Amino acid sequence: MSAMFPLRIRGLCFQPNGRRVLDGVDLELGGEGITLLLGPNGAGKSVLLRALCGLVEPSGGTIDWGGAGRPDFGVTMVFQHPMVLRASVLENVALALKPHGIARRERRRRAATVLARVGLGAREADSARHLSGGEKQRLALARAWVTAPRLLLLDEPTASLDPSATAEVERIVREIRTDGTRILMATHNLGQATRLGDDVVFMSAGRVREHAPVQRFFARPASDEARLFIQGELPWRMNF
Amino acid sequence: MSLFATTFSEAFSLLATFDDRVAEIVALSLRVSGGAVLIGTLVGLPLGACLAIGNFPGKHAASVLMNGLMGAPSVVVGVVVYLLLSRSGPLGDYGLLYTPGAMVFAQSLLVIPLMAAIARQVIEDAWQRYAEELHVMRFSWWHSVTTLLYDCRHSLIVALLAGLGRAMSEVGAVMIVGGNIDRATRVMTTTIALETSKGDLPLAIALGIVLIVVILVLNAVAFAMRGWAMRRYG
Repeated sequence: MSAMFPLRIRGLCFQPNGRRVLDGVDLELGGEGITLLLGPNGAGKSVLLRALCGLVEPSGGTIDWGGAGRPDFGVTMVFQHPMVLRASVLENVALALKPHGIARRERRRRAATVLARVGLGAREADSARHLSGGEKQRLALARAWVTAPRLLLLDEPTASLDPSATAEVERIVREIRTDGTRILMATHNLGQATRLGDDVVFMSAGRVREHAPVQRFFARPASDEARLFIQGELPWRMNF
Repeated sequence: MSLFATTFSEAFSLLATFDDRVAEIVALSLRVSGGAVLIGTLVGLPLGACLAIGNFPGKHAASVLMNGLMGAPSVVVGVVVYLLLSRSGPLGDYGLLYTPGAMVFAQSLLVIPLMAAIARQVIEDAWQRYAEELHVMRFSWWHSVTTLLYDCRHSLIVALLAGLGRAMSEVGAVMIVGGNIDRATRVMTTTIALETSKGDLPLAIALGIVLIVVILVLNAVAFAMRGWAMRRYG
Protein backbone atom coordinates (compact mmCIF):
# COMPACT_ATOMS: atom_id res chain seq x y z
CA MET A 1 0.00 0.00 0.00
CA SER A 2 1.37 3.45 -0.88
CA ALA A 3 2.17 6.07 1.75
CA MET A 4 -0.88 8.08 0.68
CA PHE A 5 -0.13 11.07 2.89
CA PRO A 6 0.18 13.97 2.85
CA LEU A 7 -2.93 14.14 0.71
CA ARG A 8 -2.70 17.29 -1.45
CA ILE A 9 -5.73 18.60 -3.32
CA ARG A 10 -4.99 21.44 -5.72
CA GLY A 11 -7.55 23.44 -7.67
CA LEU A 12 -10.10 20.63 -7.71
CA CYS A 13 -13.12 21.41 -9.85
CA PHE A 14 -16.32 19.57 -10.62
CA GLN A 15 -18.83 21.24 -12.90
CA PRO A 16 -21.68 18.97 -13.98
CA ASN A 17 -23.80 20.67 -16.62
CA GLY A 18 -21.88 23.91 -16.12
CA ARG A 19 -22.78 24.19 -12.44
CA ARG A 20 -19.69 24.81 -10.26
CA VAL A 21 -20.12 22.30 -7.47
CA LEU A 22 -16.39 22.25 -6.67
CA ASP A 23 -14.76 25.50 -7.67
CA GLY A 24 -11.03 25.14 -7.08
CA VAL A 25 -10.67 23.23 -3.82
CA ASP A 26 -7.24 23.47 -2.20
CA LEU A 27 -6.61 21.28 0.80
CA GLU A 28 -3.78 19.37 2.42
CA LEU A 29 -4.28 16.58 4.94
CA GLY A 30 -1.66 14.86 7.03
CA GLY A 31 -1.78 11.23 8.01
CA GLU A 32 -3.38 11.41 11.44
CA GLY A 33 -6.51 12.58 13.17
CA ILE A 34 -10.12 13.39 12.47
CA THR A 35 -10.92 16.29 10.17
CA LEU A 36 -14.46 17.61 10.10
CA LEU A 37 -15.86 19.04 6.89
CA LEU A 38 -18.31 21.80 7.76
CA GLY A 39 -20.36 24.06 5.59
CA PRO A 40 -23.87 24.96 4.49
CA ASN A 41 -25.95 22.75 2.21
CA GLY A 42 -24.58 22.83 -1.31
CA ALA A 43 -21.07 23.77 -0.19
CA GLY A 44 -19.61 20.73 -1.96
CA LYS A 45 -18.73 18.60 1.09
CA SER A 46 -20.29 15.37 -0.15
CA VAL A 47 -19.00 15.90 -3.67
CA LEU A 48 -15.48 16.38 -2.35
CA LEU A 49 -15.73 13.09 -0.48
CA ARG A 50 -17.06 11.40 -3.60
CA ALA A 51 -14.22 12.78 -5.65
CA LEU A 52 -11.72 11.39 -3.17
CA CYS A 53 -13.10 7.87 -3.41
CA GLY A 54 -13.49 7.98 -7.16
CA LEU A 55 -17.27 8.22 -7.43
CA VAL A 56 -17.13 11.45 -9.41
CA GLU A 57 -14.54 12.47 -11.97
CA PRO A 58 -13.27 15.99 -11.37
CA SER A 59 -13.24 18.32 -14.35
CA GLY A 60 -10.03 19.96 -13.22
CA GLY A 61 -7.34 20.06 -10.57
CA THR A 62 -5.26 17.33 -9.01
CA ILE A 63 -5.32 14.96 -6.07
CA ASP A 64 -1.90 13.85 -4.96
CA TRP A 65 -1.81 10.79 -2.72
CA GLY A 66 1.58 11.09 -1.05
CA GLY A 67 3.23 11.55 -4.42
CA ALA A 68 1.21 8.92 -6.27
CA GLY A 69 -2.20 8.30 -7.74
CA ARG A 70 -5.21 7.07 -5.77
CA PRO A 71 -4.40 3.64 -4.31
CA ASP A 72 -6.53 0.66 -5.27
CA PHE A 73 -7.29 -0.09 -1.63
CA GLY A 74 -7.00 1.90 1.55
CA VAL A 75 -9.68 4.53 0.91
CA THR A 76 -13.27 3.79 1.78
CA MET A 77 -16.46 5.68 2.52
CA VAL A 78 -19.53 5.35 4.71
CA PHE A 79 -22.72 6.96 3.46
CA GLN A 80 -25.57 8.59 5.35
CA HIS A 81 -27.92 5.78 4.33
CA PRO A 82 -25.72 2.71 4.02
CA MET A 83 -26.42 -0.23 1.74
CA VAL A 84 -27.56 -3.37 3.49
CA LEU A 85 -27.80 -6.65 1.61
CA ARG A 86 -30.39 -9.36 2.20
CA ALA A 87 -28.00 -11.39 4.27
CA SER A 88 -26.84 -11.72 7.85
CA VAL A 89 -25.03 -8.96 9.69
CA LEU A 90 -21.84 -11.01 9.56
CA GLU A 91 -22.07 -11.59 5.82
CA ASN A 92 -22.68 -7.90 5.19
CA VAL A 93 -19.41 -7.06 6.89
CA ALA A 94 -17.37 -9.99 5.57
CA LEU A 95 -18.45 -8.97 2.07
CA ALA A 96 -16.10 -5.97 2.19
CA LEU A 97 -13.07 -8.26 2.24
CA LYS A 98 -14.03 -10.15 -0.92
CA PRO A 99 -12.06 -7.90 -3.30
CA HIS A 100 -9.01 -8.30 -1.06
CA GLY A 101 -8.65 -11.97 -1.98
CA ILE A 102 -9.09 -13.25 1.56
CA ALA A 103 -10.46 -16.75 2.16
CA ARG A 104 -14.06 -17.01 3.29
CA ARG A 105 -13.32 -18.39 6.75
CA GLU A 106 -10.81 -15.61 7.45
CA ARG A 107 -13.26 -12.97 6.15
CA ARG A 108 -15.89 -14.18 8.58
CA ARG A 109 -13.42 -14.29 11.47
CA ARG A 110 -12.27 -10.71 10.88
CA ALA A 111 -15.85 -9.56 10.44
CA ALA A 112 -16.84 -11.15 13.75
CA THR A 113 -13.97 -9.38 15.51
CA VAL A 114 -14.97 -5.98 14.18
CA LEU A 115 -18.67 -6.57 14.88
CA ALA A 116 -17.83 -7.20 18.53
CA ARG A 117 -15.98 -3.86 18.63
CA VAL A 118 -18.96 -1.96 17.27
CA GLY A 119 -21.36 -3.65 19.66
CA LEU A 120 -23.11 -5.90 17.16
CA GLY A 121 -21.45 -9.15 18.12
CA ALA A 122 -24.71 -10.60 19.44
CA ARG A 123 -26.51 -9.75 16.17
CA GLU A 124 -24.13 -11.57 13.80
CA ALA A 125 -26.67 -14.11 12.65
CA ASP A 126 -29.56 -11.68 12.39
CA SER A 127 -30.81 -10.35 9.09
CA ALA A 128 -29.09 -7.03 8.49
CA ARG A 129 -32.29 -5.49 7.15
CA HIS A 130 -33.93 -5.90 10.52
CA LEU A 131 -31.41 -3.60 12.22
CA SER A 132 -32.39 -0.16 13.40
CA GLY A 133 -30.98 2.95 11.72
CA GLY A 134 -28.25 3.32 14.30
CA GLU A 135 -27.34 -0.35 14.10
CA LYS A 136 -27.14 -0.17 10.31
CA GLN A 137 -24.76 2.75 10.58
CA ARG A 138 -22.63 0.73 13.01
CA LEU A 139 -22.71 -2.15 10.53
CA ALA A 140 -21.53 0.22 7.80
CA LEU A 141 -18.69 1.43 9.99
CA ALA A 142 -17.74 -2.17 10.75
CA ARG A 143 -17.76 -2.95 7.03
CA ALA A 144 -15.38 -0.06 6.41
CA TRP A 145 -13.23 -0.79 9.46
CA VAL A 146 -12.70 -4.46 8.63
CA THR A 147 -10.74 -3.41 5.52
CA ALA A 148 -8.26 -1.51 7.73
CA PRO A 149 -8.44 1.63 5.61
CA ARG A 150 -5.78 4.34 5.70
CA LEU A 151 -8.41 6.99 4.90
CA LEU A 152 -12.03 6.73 5.96
CA LEU A 153 -14.52 9.19 4.46
CA LEU A 154 -17.77 9.69 6.36
CA ASP A 155 -20.69 11.51 4.74
CA GLU A 156 -22.89 12.75 7.59
CA PRO A 157 -23.14 9.33 9.25
CA THR A 158 -25.23 10.57 12.16
CA ALA A 159 -27.56 12.95 10.32
CA SER A 160 -30.62 10.74 10.81
CA LEU A 161 -29.73 9.21 14.18
CA ASP A 162 -30.99 9.94 17.68
CA PRO A 163 -28.55 11.22 20.35
CA SER A 164 -27.73 7.82 21.84
CA ALA A 165 -27.08 6.25 18.43
CA THR A 166 -25.01 9.31 17.52
CA ALA A 167 -22.91 8.89 20.66
CA GLU A 168 -22.29 5.26 19.82
CA VAL A 169 -21.20 6.12 16.27
CA GLU A 170 -18.85 8.79 17.61
CA ARG A 171 -17.30 6.26 20.00
CA ILE A 172 -16.65 3.93 17.09
CA VAL A 173 -15.16 6.72 14.97
CA ARG A 174 -12.72 7.51 17.81
CA GLU A 175 -11.73 3.85 18.03
CA ILE A 176 -11.13 3.66 14.30
CA ARG A 177 -8.93 6.71 14.59
CA THR A 178 -7.02 5.07 17.45
CA ASP A 179 -6.35 2.14 15.13
CA GLY A 180 -4.44 4.51 12.85
CA THR A 181 -7.04 5.41 10.24
CA ARG A 182 -7.20 8.99 8.97
CA ILE A 183 -10.76 10.25 9.03
CA LEU A 184 -12.45 12.97 6.99
CA MET A 185 -16.05 13.47 8.04
CA ALA A 186 -18.74 15.76 6.67
CA THR A 187 -21.25 16.93 9.22
CA HIS A 188 -23.74 19.66 10.02
CA ASN A 189 -23.49 18.98 13.73
CA LEU A 190 -21.33 21.69 15.28
CA GLY A 191 -21.32 19.97 18.67
CA GLN A 192 -20.06 16.82 16.99
CA ALA A 193 -17.27 18.82 15.41
CA THR A 194 -16.09 20.01 18.81
CA ARG A 195 -16.40 16.53 20.33
CA LEU A 196 -14.71 14.58 17.57
CA GLY A 197 -12.57 16.77 15.40
CA ASP A 198 -8.91 17.61 15.58
CA ASP A 199 -9.31 20.18 12.82
CA VAL A 200 -12.06 21.73 10.75
CA VAL A 201 -12.29 22.42 7.04
CA PHE A 202 -14.98 24.99 6.34
CA MET A 203 -16.39 25.00 2.82
CA SER A 204 -18.86 27.15 1.00
CA ALA A 205 -19.78 27.59 -2.66
CA GLY A 206 -17.45 24.79 -3.72
CA ARG A 207 -14.29 26.16 -2.09
CA VAL A 208 -12.36 25.69 1.11
CA ARG A 209 -12.66 28.95 3.05
CA GLU A 210 -10.80 27.93 6.18
CA HIS A 211 -8.77 25.05 7.57
CA ALA A 212 -7.97 25.37 11.24
CA PRO A 213 -7.70 23.44 14.52
CA VAL A 214 -11.14 22.92 16.02
CA GLN A 215 -10.75 25.21 19.01
CA ARG A 216 -9.36 28.10 16.97
CA PHE A 217 -12.08 27.71 14.32
CA PHE A 218 -14.88 28.02 16.85
CA ALA A 219 -13.17 30.66 19.01
CA ARG A 220 -11.88 32.89 16.19
CA PRO A 221 -13.31 31.99 12.78
CA ALA A 222 -11.22 33.62 10.08
CA SER A 223 -14.12 34.68 7.87
CA ASP A 224 -17.50 36.34 8.36
CA GLU A 225 -19.03 33.42 6.50
CA ALA A 226 -17.68 30.91 9.00
CA ARG A 227 -18.80 33.10 11.88
CA LEU A 228 -22.32 33.36 10.49
CA PHE A 229 -22.39 29.61 9.89
CA ILE A 230 -21.37 28.86 13.48
CA GLN A 231 -24.04 31.25 14.71
CA GLY A 232 -26.62 29.60 12.46
CA GLU A 233 -27.14 32.78 10.49
CA LEU A 234 -25.59 31.90 7.12
CA PRO A 235 -28.20 32.61 4.43
CA TRP A 236 -29.13 29.60 2.32
CA ARG A 237 -27.93 30.11 -1.22
CA MET A 238 -29.24 28.58 -4.38
CA ASN A 239 -26.15 27.20 -6.11
CA PHE A 240 -27.80 26.35 -9.46
CA MET B 1 -74.00 -37.49 -20.35
CA SER B 2 -72.61 -34.81 -22.63
CA LEU B 3 -69.26 -35.17 -24.43
CA PHE B 4 -67.82 -32.44 -22.21
CA ALA B 5 -68.75 -34.23 -18.99
CA THR B 6 -67.72 -37.65 -20.32
CA THR B 7 -64.34 -36.41 -21.42
CA PHE B 8 -63.61 -34.82 -18.06
CA SER B 9 -64.84 -37.88 -16.22
CA GLU B 10 -62.49 -40.15 -18.16
CA ALA B 11 -59.67 -37.70 -17.75
CA PHE B 12 -60.04 -37.73 -13.96
CA SER B 13 -60.14 -41.53 -14.07
CA LEU B 14 -56.80 -41.57 -15.85
CA LEU B 15 -55.36 -39.30 -13.20
CA ALA B 16 -56.93 -41.16 -10.28
CA THR B 17 -55.55 -44.53 -11.41
CA PHE B 18 -52.03 -43.09 -11.96
CA ASP B 19 -52.05 -44.23 -15.57
CA ASP B 20 -48.52 -45.28 -16.64
CA ARG B 21 -48.68 -43.36 -19.89
CA VAL B 22 -49.64 -40.16 -18.13
CA ALA B 23 -46.92 -40.59 -15.51
CA GLU B 24 -44.24 -41.24 -18.13
CA ILE B 25 -45.23 -38.21 -20.21
CA VAL B 26 -45.38 -35.94 -17.16
CA ALA B 27 -41.99 -37.15 -15.93
CA LEU B 28 -40.35 -36.48 -19.30
CA SER B 29 -41.97 -33.04 -19.50
CA LEU B 30 -40.63 -32.10 -16.10
CA ARG B 31 -37.14 -33.36 -16.96
CA VAL B 32 -37.00 -31.50 -20.27
CA SER B 33 -38.45 -28.22 -18.99
CA GLY B 34 -36.53 -28.48 -15.74
CA GLY B 35 -33.32 -28.95 -17.69
CA ALA B 36 -34.09 -25.97 -19.88
CA VAL B 37 -34.83 -23.76 -16.87
CA LEU B 38 -31.63 -24.94 -15.18
CA ILE B 39 -29.65 -23.85 -18.24
CA GLY B 40 -31.68 -20.66 -18.34
CA THR B 41 -30.73 -19.99 -14.73
CA LEU B 42 -27.03 -20.63 -15.28
CA VAL B 43 -26.85 -18.60 -18.49
CA GLY B 44 -29.81 -16.24 -18.54
CA LEU B 45 -29.62 -14.77 -15.05
CA PRO B 46 -25.91 -13.83 -15.21
CA LEU B 47 -26.46 -12.56 -18.74
CA GLY B 48 -29.26 -10.31 -17.56
CA ALA B 49 -27.15 -9.10 -14.64
CA CYS B 50 -24.25 -8.31 -16.98
CA LEU B 51 -26.57 -6.29 -19.19
CA ALA B 52 -27.85 -4.42 -16.14
CA ILE B 53 -24.44 -3.58 -14.71
CA GLY B 54 -22.26 -3.39 -17.75
CA ASN B 55 -21.34 -0.24 -19.55
CA PHE B 56 -20.23 -1.15 -23.07
CA PRO B 57 -20.90 -0.08 -26.64
CA GLY B 58 -24.07 -1.63 -27.94
CA LYS B 59 -25.58 -2.17 -24.51
CA HIS B 60 -28.93 -0.68 -25.50
CA ALA B 61 -29.00 -2.65 -28.73
CA ALA B 62 -28.26 -5.84 -26.79
CA SER B 63 -31.13 -5.07 -24.39
CA VAL B 64 -33.51 -4.43 -27.28
CA LEU B 65 -32.42 -7.69 -28.92
CA MET B 66 -32.92 -9.58 -25.66
CA ASN B 67 -36.39 -8.15 -25.22
CA GLY B 68 -37.23 -9.00 -28.83
CA LEU B 69 -36.05 -12.59 -28.47
CA MET B 70 -38.48 -13.05 -25.59
CA GLY B 71 -41.21 -13.19 -28.20
CA ALA B 72 -39.41 -15.48 -30.63
CA PRO B 73 -41.91 -17.95 -32.11
CA SER B 74 -41.18 -21.41 -30.77
CA VAL B 75 -41.54 -23.02 -34.20
CA VAL B 76 -38.88 -20.71 -35.60
CA VAL B 77 -36.52 -21.67 -32.79
CA GLY B 78 -37.41 -25.30 -33.47
CA VAL B 79 -36.49 -25.00 -37.14
CA VAL B 80 -33.18 -23.33 -36.33
CA VAL B 81 -32.28 -26.03 -33.81
CA TYR B 82 -33.39 -28.69 -36.28
CA LEU B 83 -30.98 -27.34 -38.87
CA LEU B 84 -28.17 -27.25 -36.30
CA LEU B 85 -28.74 -30.81 -35.12
CA SER B 86 -29.62 -32.50 -38.40
CA ARG B 87 -27.09 -34.90 -39.93
CA SER B 88 -25.84 -32.25 -42.30
CA GLY B 89 -25.80 -29.54 -39.65
CA PRO B 90 -22.78 -28.34 -37.65
CA LEU B 91 -23.85 -30.33 -34.59
CA GLY B 92 -25.15 -33.35 -36.47
CA ASP B 93 -22.34 -35.62 -35.29
CA TYR B 94 -23.70 -35.51 -31.75
CA GLY B 95 -26.84 -37.39 -32.79
CA LEU B 96 -29.10 -35.24 -30.64
CA LEU B 97 -31.98 -34.80 -33.05
CA TYR B 98 -35.20 -36.50 -31.92
CA THR B 99 -33.87 -36.94 -28.39
CA PRO B 100 -34.82 -35.22 -25.11
CA GLY B 101 -31.43 -33.49 -25.33
CA ALA B 102 -32.53 -31.67 -28.47
CA MET B 103 -35.72 -30.62 -26.72
CA VAL B 104 -33.79 -29.25 -23.76
CA PHE B 105 -31.53 -27.35 -26.17
CA ALA B 106 -34.48 -25.83 -28.03
CA GLN B 107 -36.38 -24.87 -24.90
CA SER B 108 -33.23 -23.34 -23.41
CA LEU B 109 -33.02 -20.99 -26.38
CA LEU B 110 -36.58 -19.95 -25.65
CA VAL B 111 -36.23 -19.37 -21.92
CA ILE B 112 -32.78 -17.75 -21.80
CA PRO B 113 -33.89 -14.40 -23.31
CA LEU B 114 -36.97 -14.32 -21.11
CA MET B 115 -35.07 -15.02 -17.91
CA ALA B 116 -32.28 -12.65 -18.91
CA ALA B 117 -34.72 -9.81 -19.59
CA ILE B 118 -36.45 -10.22 -16.23
CA ALA B 119 -33.12 -10.52 -14.44
CA ARG B 120 -31.89 -7.38 -16.16
CA GLN B 121 -34.80 -5.37 -14.83
CA VAL B 122 -34.52 -6.74 -11.29
CA ILE B 123 -30.76 -6.28 -11.12
CA GLU B 124 -30.89 -2.83 -12.68
CA ASP B 125 -33.13 -1.61 -9.86
CA ALA B 126 -30.77 -3.05 -7.26
CA TRP B 127 -27.71 -1.65 -9.05
CA GLN B 128 -29.08 1.87 -8.78
CA ARG B 129 -29.19 1.44 -5.00
CA TYR B 130 -25.91 -0.38 -4.53
CA ALA B 131 -23.57 0.87 -7.26
CA GLU B 132 -21.83 3.55 -5.21
CA GLU B 133 -21.07 1.36 -2.23
CA LEU B 134 -19.92 -1.58 -4.34
CA HIS B 135 -17.64 0.83 -6.21
CA VAL B 136 -16.23 2.17 -2.95
CA MET B 137 -15.53 -1.39 -1.79
CA ARG B 138 -13.61 -1.89 -5.05
CA PHE B 139 -15.86 -4.65 -6.24
CA SER B 140 -14.96 -5.88 -9.68
CA TRP B 141 -17.59 -6.04 -12.34
CA TRP B 142 -17.97 -9.81 -11.86
CA HIS B 143 -18.11 -9.57 -8.05
CA SER B 144 -20.88 -7.00 -8.44
CA VAL B 145 -22.82 -9.38 -10.73
CA THR B 146 -22.61 -12.29 -8.29
CA THR B 147 -23.36 -10.12 -5.27
CA LEU B 148 -26.47 -8.61 -6.82
CA LEU B 149 -27.68 -11.98 -8.11
CA TYR B 150 -27.37 -13.28 -4.56
CA ASP B 151 -29.10 -10.25 -3.04
CA CYS B 152 -31.97 -10.42 -5.51
CA ARG B 153 -32.28 -14.21 -5.37
CA HIS B 154 -35.81 -14.12 -3.98
CA SER B 155 -37.02 -11.64 -6.57
CA LEU B 156 -35.43 -13.70 -9.33
CA ILE B 157 -37.80 -16.54 -8.55
CA VAL B 158 -40.16 -14.66 -10.85
CA ALA B 159 -37.68 -15.21 -13.68
CA LEU B 160 -37.57 -18.93 -12.91
CA LEU B 161 -41.33 -19.21 -12.91
CA ALA B 162 -41.60 -17.28 -16.15
CA GLY B 163 -39.01 -19.53 -17.77
CA LEU B 164 -40.70 -22.65 -16.51
CA GLY B 165 -44.08 -21.47 -17.72
CA ARG B 166 -42.67 -20.73 -21.18
CA ALA B 167 -40.88 -24.07 -21.36
CA MET B 168 -43.72 -26.23 -20.14
CA SER B 169 -46.36 -24.61 -22.31
CA GLU B 170 -44.56 -24.47 -25.63
CA VAL B 171 -45.22 -27.12 -28.25
CA GLY B 172 -43.71 -25.96 -31.55
CA ALA B 173 -40.02 -26.34 -30.84
CA VAL B 174 -40.20 -29.68 -29.05
CA MET B 175 -42.47 -31.07 -31.77
CA ILE B 176 -39.93 -30.22 -34.46
CA VAL B 177 -36.70 -31.30 -32.74
CA GLY B 178 -38.19 -34.12 -30.66
CA GLY B 179 -40.49 -35.67 -33.20
CA ASN B 180 -43.13 -36.51 -30.58
CA ILE B 181 -41.96 -40.13 -30.51
CA ASP B 182 -43.99 -42.39 -28.23
CA ARG B 183 -42.12 -43.31 -25.02
CA ALA B 184 -39.10 -41.28 -26.11
CA THR B 185 -39.80 -37.62 -26.82
CA ARG B 186 -43.50 -37.24 -26.16
CA VAL B 187 -44.19 -34.52 -23.61
CA MET B 188 -47.45 -33.08 -22.25
CA THR B 189 -47.94 -30.35 -24.82
CA THR B 190 -47.12 -32.49 -27.86
CA THR B 191 -49.34 -35.26 -26.52
CA ILE B 192 -52.22 -32.85 -26.02
CA ALA B 193 -51.81 -31.66 -29.61
CA LEU B 194 -51.61 -35.22 -30.96
CA GLU B 195 -54.43 -36.74 -28.93
CA THR B 196 -56.74 -33.83 -29.69
CA SER B 197 -56.12 -34.25 -33.41
CA LYS B 198 -56.91 -37.96 -33.02
CA GLY B 199 -60.05 -37.18 -31.10
CA ASP B 200 -58.77 -38.91 -27.93
CA LEU B 201 -59.73 -36.07 -25.67
CA PRO B 202 -59.61 -37.66 -22.17
CA LEU B 203 -55.82 -38.11 -22.27
CA ALA B 204 -55.38 -34.59 -23.64
CA ILE B 205 -57.57 -33.14 -20.90
CA ALA B 206 -55.82 -35.21 -18.22
CA LEU B 207 -52.45 -33.87 -19.28
CA GLY B 208 -53.84 -30.36 -19.50
CA ILE B 209 -55.03 -30.63 -15.91
CA VAL B 210 -51.63 -31.91 -14.82
CA LEU B 211 -49.91 -29.07 -16.66
CA ILE B 212 -52.05 -26.43 -15.00
CA VAL B 213 -51.77 -28.04 -11.57
CA VAL B 214 -47.96 -28.27 -11.83
CA ILE B 215 -47.69 -24.60 -12.75
CA LEU B 216 -50.09 -23.57 -9.99
CA VAL B 217 -48.26 -25.63 -7.38
CA LEU B 218 -44.89 -24.18 -8.40
CA ASN B 219 -46.30 -20.67 -8.24
CA ALA B 220 -47.75 -21.35 -4.80
CA VAL B 221 -44.42 -22.70 -3.58
CA ALA B 222 -42.60 -19.68 -5.01
CA PHE B 223 -45.10 -17.34 -3.38
CA ALA B 224 -44.61 -19.04 -0.03
CA MET B 225 -40.83 -18.92 -0.40
CA ARG B 226 -40.90 -15.20 -1.18
CA GLY B 227 -43.09 -14.57 1.83
CA TRP B 228 -40.72 -16.50 4.07
CA ALA B 229 -37.71 -14.70 2.58
CA MET B 230 -39.27 -11.28 3.10
CA ARG B 231 -39.97 -12.07 6.75
CA ARG B 232 -36.51 -13.57 7.25
CA TYR B 233 -34.33 -11.09 5.34
CA GLY B 234 -36.48 -8.03 4.93
